[in-house]
Amino acid sequence: MRTAVACTWAALLLLALPPLLLGIVVRVKAIAAGRAGAPLLQGYRDLARLLRKTPVYSGTTTWVFRAGPIVALAATAAAGCLLPLGAGAALLAFEGDLVLFAYLLGLGRFAMMSAALDTGSSFEGMGASREAAIGSLGEVAVFLVLVTLVVATGELSLSAIFAGLDAGGGNPALWLAAAALAAVLLAENARIPIDDPTTHLELTMVHEVMALDHSGPDLAFVEYGAAMKLAVTSALLVGLVWPAAARQPIALAGGMIAVAVAIGLVESAMARLRLPRVKQYLIGSAALAGVALAAELVLRGAA
Amino acid sequence: MSGAADFLLAALTVTALYAVATSRLAACVRASALQGFILAALPLALEWRDGLAPPSPHVLVLAFGALAIKAVAIPALLLRSIRAAGVRREVEPMASLHISILGAAALVALAFWIAGQMVPPFRLPSRLLVPVAVANVLLGFLLVVARRQAVTQVVGYLVLENGVFVFGLGLASHQPIAVELSVLLDVLVGVFVMGIAINHISQAFDHIDTTALASLRE
Repeated sequence: MRTAVACTWAALLLLALPPLLLGIVVRVKAIAAGRAGAPLLQGYRDLARLLRKTPVYSGTTTWVFRAGPIVALAATAAAGCLLPLGAGAALLAFEGDLVLFAYLLGLGRFAMMSAALDTGSSFEGMGASREAAIGSLGEVAVFLVLVTLVVATGELSLSAIFAGLDAGGGNPALWLAAAALAAVLLAENARIPIDDPTTHLELTMVHEVMALDHSGPDLAFVEYGAAMKLAVTSALLVGLVWPAAARQPIALAGGMIAVAVAIGLVESAMARLRLPRVKQYLIGSAALAGVALAAELVLRGAA
Repeated sequence: MSGAADFLLAALTVTALYAVATSRLAACVRASALQGFILAALPLALEWRDGLAPPSPHVLVLAFGALAIKAVAIPALLLRSIRAAGVRREVEPMASLHISILGAAALVALAFWIAGQMVPPFRLPSRLLVPVAVANVLLGFLLVVARRQAVTQVVGYLVLENGVFVFGLGLASHQPIAVELSVLLDVLVGVFVMGIAINHISQAFDHIDTTALASLRE
């Protein structure tokens, strides 16, 4: 019975919520710019429309191109299953699953990059190369944050970590880790200081340019997968900032929506960084996560 | 764990990192001003940790001294000399910003390790105190060494001195206030001298790049 409830909530938060989160980001940006903005549920309509269309494949592409969006979506969904989404433990939990979590997100990224390279388009190759650079630098910060959590709780599984984070509210190391994670979240989800999701110039795109050749259901999978990645990473952030909320599905959904609003505000207030500065941003967030780890070690008395 | 003080100490490290990571001189100075505000709050936070006893006059004087000198006077002076010299960015630092940030992270790790090796003679008010103090000293050195602009080097000196100040706070209850105050005043005088030097460099060379001082002319 308990698992049935947990499964239902996880399915709702992981499968149903993501397009709404993107809708909220777009809406917040529109309101901040003084426009009315698209309806909040536009994301669902777009997905439904794309799923009805017939995909078009270029003659130069192979199965790698077709597999990309599917693998990316499946990997992100699997990563979501490792997170405790609302009701108790995650659907899947074992010692060391946080490494699998990080690399499932990495696998999704790899699949999208391979698909982009498979088209042979120079724009997409450029996007893939930027994505690889951003991903490999962001991974350092993600792992340092995860190690900080392991040190803070003494657990090796995401479910156990978030169950053990009760007393974390007054710990400066965890706030530093949360700040580093928030910075990486923007990079992972191709949001504004790193990548501009609304740009029309292929030369400046990172995530969008890799989706240029996808059409119909494939494009729906790409967009749905990106939205789901946003949901998964923001659930991780909510669990870190407000551990008590991560155990109640409604509060977790509220927290994820708050993250989406915050992203919208950041996007309204900032401009995209120049590409050389992106490297600096990511190294800086890794340094922040490193300080969090060092502080946690000292506060635990382990160093 | 002493909550508020730990937060302030963590924030102090982050502002020092920010000063290393930014290329804008004004942002660098503002980071040091923020450090001044944190340093003003820190003695109070350390004092109020156990119970709500009113702070001793010693601590109050220390806090207000830090606020007036480190958070207001010195940053105002530096911002003025930036305006006077008309320099806004660190154009070509000795070490690129990426290397600086990586180096800064390594220095913070080193500082935390060194602090772990040191055994304080008595119980310190916060475990983070010594590591953060050492980290600030090292990051200050990094700023002094890795940058060309005189203003950034002054900020580096300030960050370094803030580290020393934090270290002193750990001993605040064992240390006569006269020593602390004389340190605060020394810094103010030092920055005055540097401010005047910056103005002279900028008048003589049309910029405040200190590498110009290294070459001899007949």
